[in-house]
Amino acid sequence: MESLITLSRLQFALTAIYHWLFVPLTLGLGFIIAFMETKYYRTGDEFWKRTTKFWMKLFAINFAVGVATGIILEFEFGTNWSNYSWFVGDIFGAPLAIEGIFAFFMESTFFAVMYFGWEKVSRKAHLVSTWLTAFGTNLSAVWILVANSWMQYPAGMAFNPDTARNEMVSFVDVALSPVAINKFLHTVTNAYVLASIVVIAVSAWFLLKNREHELARKSIRIATIFGGLSLVAVMLTGHTSSTNVAKLQPMKLAAMEGLYEGQKGAPLVAVGMLNPSKKPMEQAGQEQDPYLFSLSMPKMLSLLATNSTDGFVPGINDIIRGGYEFTDIKGNTYIEPSFEQKKAQGTLAVNALKEYQLAKKSGNDSLMAQTRKTLDENFKYFGYHYIEKAEDLVPPVGITFYAFHIMVALGMFFVLLFVLYYIYGRKNKLEDTPWLLKLGIISVPLVYICSQAGWMVAEVGRQPWTIQDLLPVNAAVSGVAASNVATTFIIFAVLFTATLVIELRIMFTQIKKGA
Amino acid sequence: MELLSFLQHYWWAVVSLLGALLVFLLFVQGLQSLLLFSAKTTADKDLVCQYAGHKWEITFTTLVTFGGAAFASFPLFYSTSFGGAYWAWIVLLLLFVIQAISFEFRNAAGNIVGPRLFEIFLFLNGALGTFVLGVAVGTLFSGGAFVMEKTAITDIGNPAISYWANAWNGLDALANPFNLLLGLVVFFAARTLGLLYAISKPDNGEIGNICRRKLLFSALPFVLLFVAFVVWLFLRTGYRANAAGQFEAVDYAYLLAMVENPWILALLLLGVVAVLAGLIMQILGKMEDKNFYIVGAGVVLAVWAILMSAGFSGNAYYISTIDPQMSLDLANSSSSLFTLKVMAVVSLAVPFVLAYIAWAWRKMR
Repeated sequence: MESLITLSRLQFALTAIYHWLFVPLTLGLGFIIAFMETKYYRTGDEFWKRTTKFWMKLFAINFAVGVATGIILEFEFGTNWSNYSWFVGDIFGAPLAIEGIFAFFMESTFFAVMYFGWEKVSRKAHLVSTWLTAFGTNLSAVWILVANSWMQYPAGMAFNPDTARNEMVSFVDVALSPVAINKFLHTVTNAYVLASIVVIAVSAWFLLKNREHELARKSIRIATIFGGLSLVAVMLTGHTSSTNVAKLQPMKLAAMEGLYEGQKGAPLVAVGMLNPSKKPMEQAGQEQDPYLFSLSMPKMLSLLATNSTDGFVPGINDIIRGGYEFTDIKGNTYIEPSFEQKKAQGTLAVNALKEYQLAKKSGNDSLMAQTRKTLDENFKYFGYHYIEKAEDLVPPVGITFYAFHIMVALGMFFVLLFVLYYIYGRKNKLEDTPWLLKLGIISVPLVYICSQAGWMVAEVGRQPWTIQDLLPVNAAVSGVAASNVATTFIIFAVLFTATLVIELRIMFTQIKKGA
Repeated sequence: MELLSFLQHYWWAVVSLLGALLVFLLFVQGLQSLLLFSAKTTADKDLVCQYAGHKWEITFTTLVTFGGAAFASFPLFYSTSFGGAYWAWIVLLLLFVIQAISFEFRNAAGNIVGPRLFEIFLFLNGALGTFVLGVAVGTLFSGGAFVMEKTAITDIGNPAISYWANAWNGLDALANPFNLLLGLVVFFAARTLGLLYAISKPDNGEIGNICRRKLLFSALPFVLLFVAFVVWLFLRTGYRANAAGQFEAVDYAYLLAMVENPWILALLLLGVVAVLAGLIMQILGKMEDKNFYIVGAGVVLAVWAILMSAGFSGNAYYISTIDPQMSLDLANSSSSLFTLKVMAVVSLAVPFVLAYIAWAWRKMR
């Protein structure tokens, strides 16, 4: 069972990571291309057509691989997480179907017009197709992020004991939950930053090679403004993300900071290294320091999480022990139960479901009503029934902590990068500043690391839950033998890696060829 | 008919229609099946790849949406079949994933492995992908060796609500002659449509001649195997739930579904007539630019009717060969009334989507 869960998680993570290597570039590049083609449409200047076509080629190469890895994720919900597919299919399926009907057809139809249709449709129709391709790719992101947000914050649903699953009761609550909106904005603006940095880097390379001066300078100008503005949005939504996490997934926040014992006015670690032998719930008197070293900003974590410098931020051990005052996202304040209490409630809920189904079979209406009441009262902690011990509640602290800090540090670095490019670009001095051009090029791997790190915080940090508090990974996984998943994992790993190598080589060749 | 039941049927019809459109759009795969043995020169291969490469995304998106709509409206099928028949779906997936990368990579400058590998990928997708898809869809009539018990979720030691009762995990579908027959039908349908598509294009050069020569060798097996499939389907025994919710064997269940819903039978007949009419016109060498669309429309109607018969009239569309009582039908496997309603509203946008696809298709001819 353990190896099945680990392999299934690895396989999904592998697919998601590869998918996210290709998707953010298309999300951002789509709009950058659309800006450029709009310039062409307005001025009729062939330079802009050439420039648009150059970036469009890179878009197209990425787009295909994004599509290929995307369908694998869709299949894997069913093949590897079949219990999950049933448990939430009533909610999760609708966004997925909407994504197919609205977004995928929009992007694939207009992509074909955009890519192959220069000579076949009018200039206006072509421009509209390019914009619709950009909107279509971004619209795809809406629905999958709605689904992901719902897993972090299950809203707008009720559990139905007759069907043993969650059912949607409010589409608006699912689609427009504050978490979903924020997550969408944070993710797509991050993608715009990534695409902008790629555009800057490719252009910087041209300038270093003393080629394509006009294309490079004008592309940098567009990317600097688009990416810089997007980065502001990334930071604002990043802040909202952390306040959301504090209210909805305090364990994730504690892992992000390596915070074992909570406090009022909690500091934020600026730079630090975790103590790898630190364990949750160490015996009194034998507690180890969570960090080998750390530099912290006083009270900043409390400010980030609670919007108050004196707010209480619970640590990993607090969350296991319970007993502190907690205010959830709806503004309800209560004393947080301990892990044991939650587990007891979860077991009550699961047993009530079992008894409900037996009562239904035997037609015992009063027992059905009684067990249903118990189920409803305790459903909030349904998933805790499947958590064996308190430590299983703690996500991998190392990955979550480092991913979070790497993401933030790189984000800060990109602020500097965009400011420098803006200033030197305005002064027309980029060509004379090779160090800045080189800095732009080395930012490409950094921005990919930053973007992937963000997803690791979100997804590794919510372990062990597929759906927060309701369904942990061990109750979500398919009933297949682990050896099957091991085999497919290897197949996918080889396939994706080969694809990536070939793709990168093609991208580099295209870039070298120039416009 | 109460609203829930109506919406379940509505969504089964929509999913079936997506499946039918998918089979029609497999003409892309049919074209790809020409690559290794029929299109010999680079120019011929380029033309085949150009025809297929300008349209593959619509087919691919239809496949994704077919899956997404099935997940949304009948999540228990998705959960039971994908999680159980693991290898059947993974093989199908791999056969389609290799297509998505191949068009863009094949002739790209900097392609370190050369075009040949991607032509093999496209051929495999065209020849085997269509066949495996047919085999997988065959299980909607022949069933699968799954065990499904929703109450298992309360079992802390083993909470998986479904699993496959043998170690083949779906590959056993390949051992069922009925599924194999449908696999062949889908392959030959795709190939016939692919040939007709190439024939319908102006300036198709040598490829046009190759396709005309090969048409009969695809169209004849397609028609004959299709007829054999329909006859076998009509003779099959299905399962239907009685008033107490117990599944009972029903002889000629799929034929009955057509008789009980004569409009479905009419669609099937209309489809067959269109397919035959288009093929005969082509053999007579007439209306070469239109026969693809005539046969294509026929395929959509016929496949739509057949897929609907799997779930209509109370037929269990996914029979458990381990215990028929665990079978899935529209009533016990669908999403909730609320979700089906939301999605029904969403589906009103489908004509709009079809309209812009049609616009793009015409413009890009």
